[in-house]
Amino acid sequence: MSAYEPVIGVEIHVQLSTRTKMFCGCELSFGDPPNTHTCPVCLAHPGVLPVVNEEAIRRALVIGLALGCEIAPRSIFHRKNYFYPDLPKAYQVSQFDIPICGRGEFTAIREDGSELTVGITRAHLEEDAAKLTHEGGRRAGAEGSVVDFNRGGTPLVEIVTEPDLRSGSDVATFLRQLRQTLLFLGVSDCSMEEGSMRADANVSIRPVGSHELGTKTELKNMNSFRFLERGIEAEIARQERILSEGGRISQETVHYEPETGHITSLRSKEESHDYRYFPEPDLVPVVPDPAWVESLRAEQPELPVPLRRRMVAEMGLSAEDAEVLTESPELVEYFMQAAALADPKACANWIRGELRAQLRETGEEPWQSKVTPAHVAALVDLLAAGTVSVPAAKEVLAGMIQTGDQPAAVVESKGLAAMDDGDLAAIIAELVAANPDQAQQLRDGKDKVLGFFVGQAMKQTGGRANPQSVQKLVREAVLGE
Amino acid sequence: MSLRDLSAVEQIAALEAGETTSLELVDAHLAAVEADDVEAFLAIDAEGARARAREIDAMPSRPALGGVPIGIKDALSTRDVVTTSGSRMLEGFRPVYTATCVQRLQDAGAIVVGKTNMDEFAMGSSTENSAYKNTLNPWDHGRVPGGSSGGSAASVAQRQVPWSLGSDTGGSIRQPAALCGIVGMKPTYGAVSRYGLIAFASSLDQVGPFSRTVADSALLLKHMVGRDPMDSTSLDWPGEIALPTATDMSGLRVGVVEELMGEGIEPGVKAAIEASLRTMEDLGATVVPISLPTSLSGLATYYVLAPAECSSNLARFDGIRYGPSVDADNLLDQYEITRGDLFGPEVKRRIMLGTFALASGYYDQYYGRAQKVRTLMVQEFAQAFEQVDLLASPTSPSVAFPLGDRTADPYAMYLADVCTIPVSLAGVPAISIPCGLSDGLPVGLQLAGPAFSENRLFDAAHAIEQAIAFDTRPPGLAT
Repeated sequence: MSAYEPVIGVEIHVQLSTRTKMFCGCELSFGDPPNTHTCPVCLAHPGVLPVVNEEAIRRALVIGLALGCEIAPRSIFHRKNYFYPDLPKAYQVSQFDIPICGRGEFTAIREDGSELTVGITRAHLEEDAAKLTHEGGRRAGAEGSVVDFNRGGTPLVEIVTEPDLRSGSDVATFLRQLRQTLLFLGVSDCSMEEGSMRADANVSIRPVGSHELGTKTELKNMNSFRFLERGIEAEIARQERILSEGGRISQETVHYEPETGHITSLRSKEESHDYRYFPEPDLVPVVPDPAWVESLRAEQPELPVPLRRRMVAEMGLSAEDAEVLTESPELVEYFMQAAALADPKACANWIRGELRAQLRETGEEPWQSKVTPAHVAALVDLLAAGTVSVPAAKEVLAGMIQTGDQPAAVVESKGLAAMDDGDLAAIIAELVAANPDQAQQLRDGKDKVLGFFVGQAMKQTGGRANPQSVQKLVREAVLGE
Repeated sequence: MSLRDLSAVEQIAALEAGETTSLELVDAHLAAVEADDVEAFLAIDAEGARARAREIDAMPSRPALGGVPIGIKDALSTRDVVTTSGSRMLEGFRPVYTATCVQRLQDAGAIVVGKTNMDEFAMGSSTENSAYKNTLNPWDHGRVPGGSSGGSAASVAQRQVPWSLGSDTGGSIRQPAALCGIVGMKPTYGAVSRYGLIAFASSLDQVGPFSRTVADSALLLKHMVGRDPMDSTSLDWPGEIALPTATDMSGLRVGVVEELMGEGIEPGVKAAIEASLRTMEDLGATVVPISLPTSLSGLATYYVLAPAECSSNLARFDGIRYGPSVDADNLLDQYEITRGDLFGPEVKRRIMLGTFALASGYYDQYYGRAQKVRTLMVQEFAQAFEQVDLLASPTSPSVAFPLGDRTADPYAMYLADVCTIPVSLAGVPAISIPCGLSDGLPVGLQLAGPAFSENRLFDAAHAIEQAIAFDTRPPGLAT
């Protein structure tokens, strides 16, 4: 057990998937040719002014409400001043002392089912910088950087947490479920790879039992939750090593190299900029109509974490079922529609198991496939009624994926209905006669051999035998039960 | 009498009556613009102006502003027409868009003949901070026209154009109007869109008209005001700007700002203002003294807030995306050499002042405190307007001063705006009209009113204008 306790807070930048940018009418894009989504405003030509995108305000409010934040009746924008080529105005329009969303909290569920509650300090609106690409010396001595202003001015919500987290795995759990929540809200694509969700972690450690905060380092911009988790653990270990050797942590920005597992220093915070924040005189305060805020609160969808609790408590699902099925709002919707028609647990099993496994070949998601939730429910009902065996049901599913037919129709056309016991008994009698050694084993009490007969019966019947029936009939034939 | 002697309203009437054409008007004015005896213009768009005049002349009915020429301060963005804001930083820069207020005037039939000289980025009170040239005062070519909109003021006084646009942050319309003996109006903050006005201090900048008659300024402003979706701080102007017709001021209470009539005001200026106060009484106004104690802190407040905002507004000029650029080995040198070489000394001074005022650790002491004083000033003006309808004061403490007289002494230069700055900080409208001469040079009377009282100001100014009958023709100007 370590003598130190890690203290971690995170800052998450979420690009909002609005149609247009934060302060101008340019459309957002990803992957379009550089500098094709620009205008005088987002290029900071002389004399231009920003105008706030109302949809960005709405989405910031939606996020704030989902995080239980206090919504500011009046918030203002500030200018954060610094020179860099990705910032054409040489200031970023952001929020400073009066953000649109104040204190809140978010609860995630750990793998062991325990709950992880993280305080939210604030969530504020700002604009993204342009994208800089540094070019190496492809031509002799021709090193340089190029700027793509397509991204410049994309609306961002920055969510800042309290230093409530204590491990890399808790950070990953929190971020995964926060991401899921944001996806459910439909406010962002939340793609770590494409950079539409970026997380930085502030990491410090302190002796167990201490209430003072140690010197923190900032772990920058990891592009996956797994690397962030590993990076945090590596940084905690590095800090522990330094302190246990009597050293001191210096406040700096660090980077984790996933390939080597090493932490490297990016820049010392001591040289940090004075951003000379001051209220943005080109914008008026944001004063959302309270009725509007209330209607956004009322329209909020059921969010994944409470939904997971309900799936376990009321629908008989396992914690793992609930976690998998709440991966995306589309999957939840798909499952809920099926579960409304048939046994939820069985629907959960079939959707997260066989359906997704079979769809892997085509790369489709369940809701994109020809299999509707009603089809899944009908299949589950056929199984429950004993009309099809499990192996046959898998084939029915394959048929449905191809044709989009009702399961009963696939059963019919492929002749997959479970064989009735009379027809099956004849086949079993032949099997027992043809395999005297195995029959003897069963008489000797080796029940495992039943599997052999089931397999043989399946082979003979093309999967139409009901395994329970096979076992029952074999016992009857061999043991006279 | 030449076409250039007509006011804009008269020129429009002549066009409507078929007595002249827009092309004829444009040609007559362009001749004076191209001669440019007072160095008022930085760029001339003769071809564009003539082409537009022909277009308007060919229209079945004339637009509201008829096809009358106008000069535009170089701080306003004009598509394809070089716009420098008086700075080397934007030498040769051709904007890709036109400022909203200019576009509105063009749509209403005003024809832009050129861009007028100004103090670099509107910082100055004499136009001597222009990176390109000094503009001369039409009344005395050895004197400054005032600033920062000196070119716009001089061009109207010189009758190169009947009217023009300027921008006013701390007095940059009113003070040059006063020094050149013409009318200049700073509207209520938010009345005119700032979209396309190259920002100096965003919370103070306003675009407004220059003209030789009060009615012309009203007509021009009428076609500029109103909310612009491109400027969040712009407002719907309540009602409509009307052409003034008043010939008396009965029923109006005029407060004479005591703090702006004392020390530092030239005797000749004071005498002219006092004479115009008597005129106002003759016109039926009640003239009372009023005290605005915080107005004495106006200059100090302004020289914290305006530089703070400008230090941020001018940070975008880095030579990377537009304008001239200086080659350097690395990014920091690129910034430092470009900005070091291309900004003039007054601009650098204010950027440094503002950067300092916003620095963490100094913010509360300077920017924060200045904002508080500004709030007090807004309250003080609001209280004053509960007692009086209008505030009167000199526009400038002095008449036009000699070229070079104050360039070595920034503070002396800053004092030129001591009477106009409090009004700017309060965000209310004010007009400067010529009210007399002191040693042969024009004196400006400043009238200020509450927010959106432009019509009241125009009416009062019109009544005084009719009563005083000031001759706006500079003595040396050939007829």
